[in-house]
This record gives sequence, C-alpha cells and structure tokens, in this order.
Amino acid sequence: MKGKPLASIVSAGLSKFGKLEGLYAREIFAQAAKEAYERCPRLDPKKDIKALFIGHMGESYEHQGHTGATAADWAGLLHVPAIRTEAACSSSGAALRAAVFAIASGLCDVVMAGGVEKMTHRSTPEVTEFLAMASDFPFEQWHGITFPGLFALMATAHMHKYGTTEAQLAHVAVKNHHNGSLNPKAHMQKEITLEQALSSRVIAWPLKLFDCSLITDGASCLILTKPEIAKKYTDTPVHIIGTGQASDTIGLYEREDFTSLRAAKLAAKQAYEMADVKPEDIDVAEVHDCFTIAEIIAYEDLGFCKPGEGGRLAENGETSLKGRIPVNTSGGLKAKGHPVGATGTAQAYEIYLQLTGQADKRQVDDAEIGLTHNVGGSGATATVHIYIRG
Amino acid sequence: MAEQTQNFTIEQFYKYVGQKKLMGGKCLNCGKVHLPPRPLCDKCLSTKFEWIELPQTGTLLTYTVIHVAPTQFQHLAPYAVGIVQLENGVRIPGMIKNTPLDNIRIGMKLKVEFEETPTAQQQQWPQWPRYYFVPY
Ligand SMILES: CC(C)(COP(=O)(O)OP(=O)(O)OC[C@H]1O[C@@H](n2cnc3c(N)ncnc32)[C@H](O)[C@@H]1OP(=O)(O)O)[C@@H](O)C(=O)NCCC(=O)NCCS
Ligand SMILES: [Zn+2]
Repeated sequence: MKGKPLASIVSAGLSKFGKLEGLYAREIFAQAAKEAYERCPRLDPKKDIKALFIGHMGESYEHQGHTGATAADWAGLLHVPAIRTEAACSSSGAALRAAVFAIASGLCDVVMAGGVEKMTHRSTPEVTEFLAMASDFPFEQWHGITFPGLFALMATAHMHKYGTTEAQLAHVAVKNHHNGSLNPKAHMQKEITLEQALSSRVIAWPLKLFDCSLITDGASCLILTKPEIAKKYTDTPVHIIGTGQASDTIGLYEREDFTSLRAAKLAAKQAYEMADVKPEDIDVAEVHDCFTIAEIIAYEDLGFCKPGEGGRLAENGETSLKGRIPVNTSGGLKAKGHPVGATGTAQAYEIYLQLTGQADKRQVDDAEIGLTHNVGGSGATATVHIYIRG
Repeated sequence: MAEQTQNFTIEQFYKYVGQKKLMGGKCLNCGKVHLPPRPLCDKCLSTKFEWIELPQTGTLLTYTVIHVAPTQFQHLAPYAVGIVQLENGVRIPGMIKNTPLDNIRIGMKLKVEFEETPTAQQQQWPQWPRYYFVPY
C-alpha cells in the first residue's frame, strides 16, 4: 500500500465546457453539482456536505465576487460555510487542497471542492487583460506582456537552451485535440493535424493559435469524505494520498530559470514524498497545458523525463493515450478548455473517472495511480495532487 | 537616505524612470540589489537600503513578439517584449523597440531608453512613465 489516504473522492461533477451562452457562473456551477449528486445516490447533499471550497479567478468577467456563498446557494447548499480560493489558474487546485485540509484535520466528514469561470461573453482583448491580472502589474502588464507572452518567453528560452522545436510543441496540441475529440464534455472535439497547428496564426511568437488553451466557460466539483467513511457513499472511492503546493515570485523575470517552474517542482516533491510514489508509478496525469510549452515543462518538472527531453517525449507519443504515461486524456486545457477557476478540480474529475474505470473511449487500461498538476499564473503558484484507486 | 525605508517602493522607481534613471534598492545588510525595490529584503529580512543607479546596458535572455494584445496595447501590435539581464546581473522585462522584429536574438546587446510620450495611456492610476530597450 502506498501513502496513507488523506481524503477520499466519492463523487465528482463537471458541466459541459465551452461557450455557454446566456448562463451565469453560478448556474454553470449548479450543473456540475447536480452531476455529482446524481453520481452518488447514497449522499444526502443538504445534510451531509459541511463546507464548500470554490476556486474562481476573476470578478471582472461578470462584475461578481463573493463566489463562495453564491455558489453554495446555487448548488443547493444554503448556509454551509463557503469560501472562494484564488490562486489564478490554480484557484481550484488550491480549493481542493483546502478541502483536503478540512477533512484531514478531522473537523469535517464530507465537503465539496470545486471551481467555476464564465469567460466567453467578453471580447478577447478584455479576457487577455483580465487574465494578465495574474501576472506582475508594474513590470509585466505595464510593459504589454500578456499571458501567452509569458509562456512564449519560456518557450523561446526552452528552445534556445534545449533545441525544443515548434513541431514538438505542435505534437502536444495534436495529442490533446485527439483526446478532446473523445470527450463529449470538451470545448473542442475536433482532431487537428500537425500542419494545421504549425500554420496557425501567431498569438505570441513562437506560440500560435493551437499552442494556446481555450477561453472557456465551465465548472467542476468533487465530493470528499474522510477515508474511513468513503465506502458508506460509494463502492469505488478514489483516495488522495499526496498533496503539494508552493509559491514563487509573481514576476517571471525575477526567477533563476525560465525553462522550469520551481513552484511545480517543489509541489511535486511534497506530493510524491507524502504519497510514497515515484514519477514512474503514475499511470495517468492531467497537467496544466495552458500553453503547449507548459505541458512540456510539466513533464520535466514532474520527473516524467529529464530536463530538456519534454519535447521529445511528446514527439515520440509517450504521453499519448496508448503511450507509456498518458497525459491530459481529457483533452487538457488545450481542447477540453480552460475556464481558469474550474481547471484544478476539472483535472481531478478526469483522474476520478480514469481510476474508477468511467473514462469511456479515453480509458487508460488498469489505471491505478493518477496525478494532477495545476499552475497559477506563470508559475507563482502550483499545486500537485496524487490519487489512488480505492 | 538609508533610514527612509518607506521610499524603497515601485512608485519611487517609476519617479526615477521619469527622470531617465533606472534605480534599484541595494540592501545595506546583505548587498542584494532589488529590482523592483522592496521595503523588506527577501534574502536577509533587513529594512535598510540605499538607491543605486543600475547599468543601462545588458543582454537579452529571452523574448517574444506579441500579436494578440490587451486593450490598451492593441494599437502597437505586433510588438516585442523581452527579459534583459543588466551588466550587474539584475533582470528586468520591457519592450524592445527600434529594430525589425526578425532581427531580435537571444544574447543581443540592448540599452535602456526612456519614452518621451506614453506608449499606452491609462485612464486612472497609475500614470507611470515607461522605459524600453533598443539595440546598440
Ligand atoms: C488564442 C486566443 C487569443 C484566440 O482568441 P481569438 O483570436 O479571439 O480567436 P476567436 O475567438 O476569434 O476564434 C477564432 C477561431 O479560432 C478558434 N480558436 C480560438 N481559440 C483557439 C485556441 N486556443 N485553439 C484552437 N482554436 C481556437 C475559435 O473556435 C474560432 O474558430 P471558428 O472560426 O471555427 O469558430 C485565445 O484563445 C486565448 O487568449 N487563449 C489563451 C487563454 C489564456 O491565456 N488562458 C490563461 C492561461 S494561464
Ligand atoms: Zn538583504
């Protein structure tokens, strides 16, 4: 037996990801909550759920903050203690970690963790500006640096240091679009070719349209219990056996290295040690591919390959569905979509499906141990979680 | 000057930019040069600093050309931004101007200039002047 279970996922829900016209964030969250309730008939949500932790990045999109209380109410959980966690694109990775703390402290038996973002009703320049708020204002935003721009700065550095190619980046996009085509909830369910990816228009050189994640609406949630009572709610729980989180400088420019995320490496180390698991034990992983280069760097930071070899890992198909270590079977942020606040728990949702044999056409054979890697901003926050089939 | 710790701020950094100076805060205890300046040294937790003038030349560590820009910068796109390592090792991001975008290379030598007219205007706070980089 690997590390001790800290908390157990007994159910999970995910809204459709995409352009959800006419819906408000709280209404999308209600969709995710409803699925989680339906999956778990033995749960009495109003009676059993004792707290809600919800990731949500921006008030700007809907001119609406105070997401904890609002989401709790719309999920049918009026009066439960509810708070929003904000850590940019890892807001719900942080919510999941808060939920694990609530369970592991012994204070709560059953809690909900989730996330939500509604983005597509805004224009791309507006979204670009809102997303940039997760970067350094006085030295990055003030000088016109965007989110794609920050990851492009990492890509240029990675290409220069290791010889990573634009084609290797494109391989990540082709793989994730393929996986997305098998996921009925993905924002984009179409395959793309390498040529299409390579010839798409430039967003922030060397990153092109198909290197970027999507601007998406969506919500996700998980229901977690103390491990010893998980079987009361489901015969097939998934235990969380490792959690890690770290921070770094808000500005990319202040960091020693632009080709690796220190916070992700530190978070991974904590989670691996706690779970007593090694990178080679991971059967399936959801990593933060906000840009294709971020997935390549994630392979290296998580120890799936050596520094500099991430590009080749993608190119050789080692992370494809049938590869040595399938990564982003859901389609990732690239094809499933990236409603920023919802992403962390949406990654956990996919791992939950995989470890309980419910991932349908994208099921990884006999997946037992899974990992999620959720990055905020250009890497000033990272959370890593490790899961085992119960 | 070392006693006025409250002055080692980002606001003051940009006031100096308005005077065409690139200034950093040097920790009087451990010697670390901070850009941006900070009121508390992240290395040794000291609060004693002095302003030092930073070198105005450096080397390009990495760059990108931004095509999809935020609202206030849309009129400039495509534009180049990079991270420059100044001669004393301090790193600073900024726009790279006065060069064909295709000529930009990692390792190229750049120097700091200060804008006469604002690159992009904010409606409200802040009204900071900008520095940028050009090849030399
Ligand atoms: C890349 C990006 C700028 C494109 O936005 P855009 O230029 O406004 O594109 P549009 O919305 O006009 O879409 C044009 C077409 O491209 C498609 N498209 C948009 N974004 C896409 C993406 N990332 N990948 C693939 N296709 C995309 C649209 O579906 C549309 O296709 P259609 O014409 O067949 O309907 C935007 O998706 C983006 O900013 N992504 C990154 C989001 C981000 O930074 N997230 C945070 C990361 S930490
Ligand atoms: Zn010091």
